[in-house]
Amino acid sequence: MNREEPGHLAPALQPPSQPAAAVEVLSAQKTYPDGTQALLPVDLSIRQGEFVTLLGPSGCGKSTLLKMVAGLLEPTDGRLHLWQRPVARLAETGKKMAFVFQSPTLMPWASVQANVRLPLDLAGVPRAEGDARVADALKLVGLERFAKALPRQLSGGMQMRVSIARSLVTEPDLLLMDEPFGALDEITRHKLDAELLDLWQKKNLTVIFVTHSIHEAVFLSSRVVMMAARPGRVVETFDIDEPYPRTPDFMVSPQFTRHAKRLQDSLLRASAHHAEQETP
Amino acid sequence: MNTATLPASPSAPAARATPAASAARLPLLSQPRFQKIAYPVAVGLLLLALWQGLVTGLELPPYLVPSPILMVKTLWTDWVALGTSLLVTVKVTVLAFVAATIVGVLISFLFVQSRRIETALFPYAVLLQVTPIVAVAPLIIIWFKDPTLSMVICASLVALFPIISNTTLGLRSVEPDLQSYFVMNRATRVQTLLRLRIPSALPYFFGGLRISSGLALIGAVVAEFVAGTGGTGAGLAYQILQAGFQLNIPRMFAALLLISLTGVALFVLMNWLTRLALGSWHASETSSD
Repeated sequence: MNREEPGHLAPALQPPSQPAAAVEVLSAQKTYPDGTQALLPVDLSIRQGEFVTLLGPSGCGKSTLLKMVAGLLEPTDGRLHLWQRPVARLAETGKKMAFVFQSPTLMPWASVQANVRLPLDLAGVPRAEGDARVADALKLVGLERFAKALPRQLSGGMQMRVSIARSLVTEPDLLLMDEPFGALDEITRHKLDAELLDLWQKKNLTVIFVTHSIHEAVFLSSRVVMMAARPGRVVETFDIDEPYPRTPDFMVSPQFTRHAKRLQDSLLRASAHHAEQETP
Repeated sequence: MNTATLPASPSAPAARATPAASAARLPLLSQPRFQKIAYPVAVGLLLLALWQGLVTGLELPPYLVPSPILMVKTLWTDWVALGTSLLVTVKVTVLAFVAATIVGVLISFLFVQSRRIETALFPYAVLLQVTPIVAVAPLIIIWFKDPTLSMVICASLVALFPIISNTTLGLRSVEPDLQSYFVMNRATRVQTLLRLRIPSALPYFFGGLRISSGLALIGAVVAEFVAGTGGTGAGLAYQILQAGFQLNIPRMFAALLLISLTGVALFVLMNWLTRLALGSWHASETSSD
């Protein structure tokens, strides 16, 4: 696929043979009642099976955009579609969505198993079937031996794995992740990044991943959406047209550096632009 | 304490072995568990010895200050009357505490249904709290006639507020992201209440219970001072009043001792219940210091 020009968004470049978009953001924007523009109008189309990263500094609206896709926030104006339906009517499409928060967001009183089973319990899945699916999900994240443990007995990385298992147990089509590994140490983060890519390929997921790390974005994504702050907006999008599976070697390759450099330049340009605006 | 409550898990053994082993190596006097009991006991014995010494040394008459030995002797000789009264007071305390817990929790559930309900009703809960029970007790006795029922109602009113305020706060203290997770998974109101709000509220609820158990005892004693009757229905407050009239000060001290011990027993029981319910997961019970 051709690399896009800066500022040029994906839909126009899609070859006709591409399947319909999984996620469509149509001029969605968010303005708070006090007039703060959290996010200027965004147009974005994400195909089934893409791994898209929203990259930018704090205050660029990346979490806001993700929460609008999740239906946790309403756009002030514009629309968001998931498989050609408004977000609120996702159920009609037969597709499922899961959300992973920045913190593990587990119930401290419940075992790992009960935590992972939560979305199934809420959906009324019978206990026996639920337990079988929980066991599969825990196996996927390598925590099958910790089913009976309580969250506080696990390390931060393991708790995050539980959170990921909980999101996978419903067999989602779309996985939304809000800086999921931001609070973890670098080594654990690399490990979980690699595991996530593995799961993405195995499960044929569509992932929208929020991060402020250029390296994480290049390593994971098939496409990076660069965002900037004050006001929050999309600056440009980049294709990371490197083959999967990506190994740790990819992180020290010249291609990796080249992509990282492009992203960094874009980030600098966006903040320089911002500085010009600020200075009279 | 920390290690004892850990359920078995693959990660636990290493963590479990270390503190226990190091504790075994320490001399008895330096072990935290020993210190926790020994220090207060030592202070208690010292005070008792001082008390006994002062009473004997200054030859204080028993109708002013009885010695601790005389107090215990009186407890032994007057046990039939005092024991019966203790049962009455404990009965009123427990009934009031249970009633306050049930009513308090129900009111909290009502409060968290909507901010409007809470805003409209909370001032009246505060009113309940700030009105001295001694002032209301005569009215309650006139309304309800039966002394036991009146005493239970008075003591419940005293014990009610901490349960309402703590449980309401707890039911609202849900981690926002976890709340979002429930919303995103289209959890029903009942599911959110049972699986999220109630477990989140438990630490606060038990905090309220701990305060209220003591208040229920205070309420029971105060209510009896106002409403109590003699005879078979006589509680410890009645014994104290009677002993005062008769200048039977050792008996008054013995009754006081029983009230204090009841309070301590309630506190220990509440601590134990809290640990039972939260021990494995909540920070207040799992931190080692």
